[in-house]
Amino acid sequence: MTRDEQLFDYLLRLGDSPLILAQRLGEWVGHGPVLEEDIAQANVGLDLLGQARMWLSYAGEVEVRFRSAGRDEDQLAFLRDAGDFRNLLLAEQPNGNFADTTARQFLFDAWHLLLLRALAGSGDARIAGIAAKSAKEAAYHVERSGDWVIRLGDGTDESHAKIQTAIDDLWMYTGEMFAPDPIELALIEAGIAADVRELATPWRQHVDAVFGAATLKAPEAMFMQQGGKRGAHTEHLGHLLAEMQVLPRAHAGARW
Amino acid sequence: MIAAPAPRELHAPGVAAPSGFASRPALGALWEIIADVPDPEIPVVSVVELGILRGVEWDPTDASTLVVTVTPTYSGCPATDVIMASIRAAAIGAGVARVRIETRLFPAWTTDWMTSEGRRKLRDYGIAPPDGTRSNPPSTTTAIDVAGISPLRRGVPVACPRCGSRQTQLLSQFGSTACKAHWRCLACLEPFDYFKPH
Repeated sequence: MTRDEQLFDYLLRLGDSPLILAQRLGEWVGHGPVLEEDIAQANVGLDLLGQARMWLSYAGEVEVRFRSAGRDEDQLAFLRDAGDFRNLLLAEQPNGNFADTTARQFLFDAWHLLLLRALAGSGDARIAGIAAKSAKEAAYHVERSGDWVIRLGDGTDESHAKIQTAIDDLWMYTGEMFAPDPIELALIEAGIAADVRELATPWRQHVDAVFGAATLKAPEAMFMQQGGKRGAHTEHLGHLLAEMQVLPRAHAGARW
Repeated sequence: MIAAPAPRELHAPGVAAPSGFASRPALGALWEIIADVPDPEIPVVSVVELGILRGVEWDPTDASTLVVTVTPTYSGCPATDVIMASIRAAAIGAGVARVRIETRLFPAWTTDWMTSEGRRKLRDYGIAPPDGTRSNPPSTTTAIDVAGISPLRRGVPVACPRCGSRQTQLLSQFGSTACKAHWRCLACLEPFDYFKPH
């Protein structure tokens, strides 16, 4: 695998997680528990979608260096199948109830902010620029999702039980966030990728601090699911893509 | 506050342009025209008052192409495409043959770039302007410190844009657009949007 092929794959990872999570958050529009949170979920999704566009556009520009025709952001988003997506398994998990969505968002946001801050120091100037901009947005996201974890955890018996169950159910998808594969290791060596192993401790510290305020317990060490980075996804991604991609696939080349 | 870069004049105003570019408008005049382009979602403030217009200059390799440099606000802001189209239309309306809009991500946009006039107009419009100034968050991976990044946890409560009271309360981190939070005033009881410090 050439350096450009590694970089392309890495950029898909950076772009696919926010893209897929944005699609999930979009599913909430019109279904939020209160109007303010309906709007907030959509706005977080919008930030993530904007970030995904920047990553995928860059990926397409890198792809053209080793393939005769690079794909643009739309082709990458709408015309790849599940096995070609590189997002975290966490991002594709279903919305469930508001506690499930909140737990998923918080576990992701805390990792995402740390990742983006680390990437702001990337040796690749384009990556550093996108990351520095996105990190400012992620800082708002982790604050909001953390507040909701506390509000639900330290709320009623029912809200506490629901957010604890959500955390317990999603915990097994957090391991791959901190496990680099050979592509990532090569790019870490080259000073381009962030070393996600270094994010595990500050992530856990923040999660524990919020869980403490929320009267929640982090699950015991458990078997961690992995596969997003090589395209081995849970069954949920295919269903999500079917809805996300149906229009451009059914009406190829359609324009507003 | 960081002022937007002053437009560079390729030839002094009032002095005849080099031959071949006689019909090319002056950069200073173009800056003024483009500076009037409003934010479509908050039409009382312009692209200059928001701090997103970063440069207006002629392409050094193609003297009839105007290069407009813009630093967008939030990544997913749907107003960005409209703003780009409005800038293009304004320049072409002023007699520019070709316009190229370049997006500059770094340094990232910050509300510190918003002008004091822009802040005043926001308040008059009923939107609390961003409080004070803020720098970009430190590039650290050692800890997540949410204090200081948030409209929720900043020491001084936001002042109500209607009655000026600081007896106010955050309702939601997001308001009607990505750049705003939703607050309410406990004194005059009116809800209001707060343009988040970013």
